[in-house]
Amino acid sequence: MNISHEDYSVNYDESSGLIQCEGSFRLRGSEEYKPILDLLLGAADAAPDHLTLDLRELKFLNSSGINTLSKFIIQVRKQPATKVLIRGSTEHPWQGKSLKNFQRLLPALELVIE
Amino acid sequence: MTSIFGPYVAREPGSGEYLQIGFHPNLFPLQERWRNNGLSADFLAGYVSTFFPGDEPGENGRQIEVKDAVSFIANELLENSMKYSAAVAHGIVTIEVFLEMDAVSIYATNSVAREVIKPFQDYIGVLLTEDPNTLYLECLERNAEEDTDDASGLGFLTMLNDYEVTLAWKFDAGGTQPTVTTMAHLTV
Repeated sequence: MNISHEDYSVNYDESSGLIQCEGSFRLRGSEEYKPILDLLLGAADAAPDHLTLDLRELKFLNSSGINTLSKFIIQVRKQPATKVLIRGSTEHPWQGKSLKNFQRLLPALELVIE
Repeated sequence: MTSIFGPYVAREPGSGEYLQIGFHPNLFPLQERWRNNGLSADFLAGYVSTFFPGDEPGENGRQIEVKDAVSFIANELLENSMKYSAAVAHGIVTIEVFLEMDAVSIYATNSVAREVIKPFQDYIGVLLTEDPNTLYLECLERNAEEDTDDASGLGFLTMLNDYEVTLAWKFDAGGTQPTVTTMAHLTV
């Protein structure tokens, strides 16, 4: 499953449980984020063994985007058997500041920033 | 009538090292205008970061940190300003960045509908008195529970929580068109 836009892309490989977000997320509110949220919630509701959210190529995330990813984390939280890994990059300083908040929502979440 | 909330620092027009950009949101639909928020924020961030080189030659970590932080903060302030000003006929938005040796202060001014002022000031009172860590998580949980998008609140909370920004506000409610200025002060 794939969402492709001039400024960003979201790719979901159901077989591997890998969701890759790339580019810049500066969408305007929940209405514009709905396709991305629907993709994420679909992945969560499938209740796979593993889900990996790869944000290493996500250069920018506005607060509406933080809200969207948080809704995904909170939805995954309802599937205790699903292990979640978020991968980030030190190339984008915002990730070192903001991604740890997702661990506060879901303490079992593994966060790797390198 | 002017009201100040938080440790607001007034700046003299034209003083020190600063940039200012002005917008008239109603000239273009908000949807078309939205893309410019990112362009403006990235421009301000790129410009500001050149004034904060690394401590060692060839080291650019500090510049990247400053650029990243200013880009997020300016983008959030502009998104808020555009959203609230678009609801007012002939609304205006300006964003100003003032540079000091070890700090960046960003001021975003926008028109605001009179009926929005009191609820906004009440919310500011909460932001200035309660723990931003707690408020941040509560905001995320509430947004998920109610399937809402309190992005304005989350933007301020992210600045406070993740970037350790100092926030303050000035309201000018006199005259025909009230305005609010949000100040975000970042130590770099």
